[in-house]
Amino acid sequence: MIAAILVMALGAVVLGAALGYASIKFKVEGDPLVEKIDAILPQTQCGQCGFPGCKPYAEAIAKGEADINCCPPGGEEGIRKLADLLGREFKPLSEEHGVEKPKSVAFIDENTCIGCTLCMQACPVDAIVGAAKQMHTIVPKLCTGCELCLEPCPVDCITMVPIPETVANWKWKYPTFAIKKVTA
Amino acid sequence: MTALRQLFRFHGGVKPAYNKEPSTTQPIADFYALAPLPAEFVIPLHQSIGGVPHPLVAAGEQVKKGQLIGAPDGYVSSAVHAATSGTVKAVEMRLMPHTSGLSALCVVIAPDGKDEWIERQPVPWRAMAPDEVRDALRDAGVVGLGGAVFPTYLKVNPGKKGKLDTLVINGAECEPFITCDDMQMREQAEKVVRGAAILRDLTQAGQVLIGIEDNKPEAIAAMQAAVTQTGEAKIEIVPVPTRYPAGGAKQLIRVLTGIEVPHGKRSTDYGVQCFNTGTACATYEALELGQPLISRVVTVAGNVLRPRNFVVRFGTPMKDVVALCGPKPDSDRLIMGGPMMGFAMPADTVPVVKATNCILVGSKALFPPPPPEMPCIRCGECAKVCPSDLAPFEMYWFSRAKLFGKAQEYHLFDCIECGCCAYVCPSRIPLVDYYRFAKSEIWAREQEKSAADEARERYEFRMLREEREKQEKAAKLAAKAAETKAKLAAAATPEDAAKKALIAAAMERAQQATQNPPAPPADNAEAPPAPPAQQTPS
Amino acid sequence: MSNAFNSPYFRQPASVRSVMLRVLVALLPGLAAYVWFFGAAILVQIALASLAALAGEAAILALRDKPVWLFVSDGSALVTAWLVALSFPSIAPWWMVVVATLIAIVVVKHLYGGLGQNPFNPAMAAFCIMIVAYPQLMSQWPAAGHQADFAAQWQLIFGGGPRVLDAVTMATALDTMRTALHTAGGTATVGAVFGSQPTFGAFGGKGWEWVALGYLLGGAWLIQQRIITWHIPVAFIAALGVTAGLFHFISPDRYAGALFHILSGGAMLGAFFIATDPVSGATTPKGKLIYAAGIAILAWIIRTFGAYPDGIAFATLLMNICAPLIDLHTQPPVFGHKNGGQP
Repeated sequence: MIAAILVMALGAVVLGAALGYASIKFKVEGDPLVEKIDAILPQTQCGQCGFPGCKPYAEAIAKGEADINCCPPGGEEGIRKLADLLGREFKPLSEEHGVEKPKSVAFIDENTCIGCTLCMQACPVDAIVGAAKQMHTIVPKLCTGCELCLEPCPVDCITMVPIPETVANWKWKYPTFAIKKVTA
Repeated sequence: MTALRQLFRFHGGVKPAYNKEPSTTQPIADFYALAPLPAEFVIPLHQSIGGVPHPLVAAGEQVKKGQLIGAPDGYVSSAVHAATSGTVKAVEMRLMPHTSGLSALCVVIAPDGKDEWIERQPVPWRAMAPDEVRDALRDAGVVGLGGAVFPTYLKVNPGKKGKLDTLVINGAECEPFITCDDMQMREQAEKVVRGAAILRDLTQAGQVLIGIEDNKPEAIAAMQAAVTQTGEAKIEIVPVPTRYPAGGAKQLIRVLTGIEVPHGKRSTDYGVQCFNTGTACATYEALELGQPLISRVVTVAGNVLRPRNFVVRFGTPMKDVVALCGPKPDSDRLIMGGPMMGFAMPADTVPVVKATNCILVGSKALFPPPPPEMPCIRCGECAKVCPSDLAPFEMYWFSRAKLFGKAQEYHLFDCIECGCCAYVCPSRIPLVDYYRFAKSEIWAREQEKSAADEARERYEFRMLREEREKQEKAAKLAAKAAETKAKLAAAATPEDAAKKALIAAAMERAQQATQNPPAPPADNAEAPPAPPAQQTPS
Repeated sequence: MSNAFNSPYFRQPASVRSVMLRVLVALLPGLAAYVWFFGAAILVQIALASLAALAGEAAILALRDKPVWLFVSDGSALVTAWLVALSFPSIAPWWMVVVATLIAIVVVKHLYGGLGQNPFNPAMAAFCIMIVAYPQLMSQWPAAGHQADFAAQWQLIFGGGPRVLDAVTMATALDTMRTALHTAGGTATVGAVFGSQPTFGAFGGKGWEWVALGYLLGGAWLIQQRIITWHIPVAFIAALGVTAGLFHFISPDRYAGALFHILSGGAMLGAFFIATDPVSGATTPKGKLIYAAGIAILAWIIRTFGAYPDGIAFATLLMNICAPLIDLHTQPPVFGHKNGGQP
């Protein structure tokens, strides 16, 4: 009886020590939570979530100050990924922050542009080139579609153009073959 | 002489019904000898892997046959030429020979009927530097004609060692129905062999192995005769066992040399390179005849009364070519390529392009829709036939569940989409569709991810810059304030109540300036007016 | 120009149904030997199991809102039913096979997602449940050479009267051997037990050894038909033979020999028809060898040291759990990645 208890106790001590050692020795240095959240966010830097950029929003989520459904460009898929990462419930996109739109880029009508530089100052990713009193243009490859340049423009020469589907970016669809119920 | 050479086996493969005889009963015909020039040639600018060539012509311009109309754009790209002489009707978006049914930029040429060539000059390639020969091939628009349309000039490369061990010329042509390479080897064997010799010299290859599936005895004999007749050295015709997909570049390299080139690696690093026989022929025509690539041999087969091979120029509508072969009334689709790997065309009006090795006319009877898909029973038949030694049912499982990371762990991108797995699947699962879906989804995500990463970097840099500018501005103002203070202290020696009051006022103003700095930095350059203390010297 | 599917545009005429039907055909030689030696009772059981399987499958498909005819006609339920019937004593009461088949189809197959999704072999899971619940009934087997007594067998299946071991029923060779070795206070030897009772034949169970050879014949045909590969049967038989042979060599009195183990009980059925179930088993070539050898060795351990006469069913379930892990670690190298990617 005592021997059995001793054996079990010894076993527990040995195993516990081994586990403890392993947890110190093989400790995985994970990304801090903010980085992981930031990696999921689309980096549009649009501020629709109410924070000045994706990183501040990520920080707010990590601190529990913001909900996970405030990012329209990330859309439903983004919310799902955040819910997965944080172990929270999925919830639909909060309407007060906007709606999910097809991915677009801003386009400057160069005939109307007066070269006021206001849009350049608004662009969070420096995707607009130009100088004072010179026509501006947007580098479509760098534009995140945040729409922050639309409002400051005094002559309303910026429009959002949805990114068209081309042969190069066309995607194969998920194969769906409806299995019909055979009644016979 | 066909020496007995040790061949290797690739894993798996299938033996579908070949259906090649019907289109080989008649010689290759020049399409334009049998039919009038089409009303318009619609020549897509994007006909090869890589960057889209930019158009060099505009509507209304006159062009000659073989004139450069699309200039290569970027490192990986290839030139495009006019198919006939005439007037450029438009440079506009037209329906592409692509499953998506999307349009892309095309040069539309209305023929003038004269079919007048540009001046053609043989390229003195032997006297040219390798880079110049490569440029010539690029500007002649030579691309891989086996169906992958990778720009040839990028592959004409002796590799790290400065010379290749083996140059493989792919005449295996393993897809059912397709016979364009077979017929070209039978009828233009000399051109193919001379093209292979040029490629041999350009890549400094130690030996050239021309692999031909042993179900093409006529082609093997013709090529053999051509090698003997031209007296080209180090070229050997090697019959290979008929088994789909023996014509896959990697599979043929494996069969002929035993070397397995992994996905994502350059075959030249392994001392081998592989070109299609049609590409060899096009290389010969481009360099020895100075003729850019404006046409190719196209097989028309399937649900037609008179299957045949034609020389067709790029931009010719597919339906014109098919019309010559008598399509049967129940035909319901055109497929570009063979039945194993081909793609359905969105309409029969799409043009023949460089990738069009075959126009396969389909019907419900010839290619019936598959019976209902059943669940995978993991029978492993797909793994037995996979020529890339993959586990297709595992890749299917994860692609279907959209677990793309796991699908990649099972080497999704090593899949060559040959279709063997779906061909044998007893559950009739469209396996390749799942791989295509997963691959394009992964590509899109990777692109999105790199765009997001770039946006994050640019945003963080902008934040950093704004912060720096703010600090610089603050530092400047602080320096100015300190200067003012020092001067004030110097001026404050005579004890005078009035002066004291003046100083206090100035201090206040200076403080206000630090609290609300003028916004544009340009304004800072014009220094604020000197404090009033200076105006009253003692 | 409308078409809903992509390349490949044509396919080999293969189907789940043809695979399943060929498995059923491959069971026929063993079944014939069964009828020859043990009477037609097994045919009654197969009929019962088949009816139960088809009815159960149809009902649950309708409940799950799946196409009933498409899946009922695929033959997979019939294969499960036949395997249940063949692994049960042919003189078991009728409701046992029916209940077992329903458990196999409804619980083990469909509650886990249906065709292709079940982690456990349905027939073996049902067998385990029944042998744990009714150990007595599951160990009364028909005696060899009484094929004429169909009426008596019928009575046992449908009569529900008292069941005693007599001329009609009998314990299997495995059971007799195990009982003798376990209960005689260590005095009985394999040699003495073997042949002392009418249940023993030349190598294994009387009559059963011929049924086993029938399964072997059918299994060989399945290999020839490319429905199964050689890996699982060969590894199974080899592992069972080597393990049994080794222990028999060390202590011939305590441990029965290799042939006895291979030709008795469910070994041959297991080697060719149960371990080869691809849904619940390993699928890579190396994995199949490990998986089948695992079942064989576990079965031998259960037969020799366990509380049940035969261990194929328990061993199969245990290895079913390991199959995904075995597969994960035995993926063959893909094209170009052999020899570390070097030519």
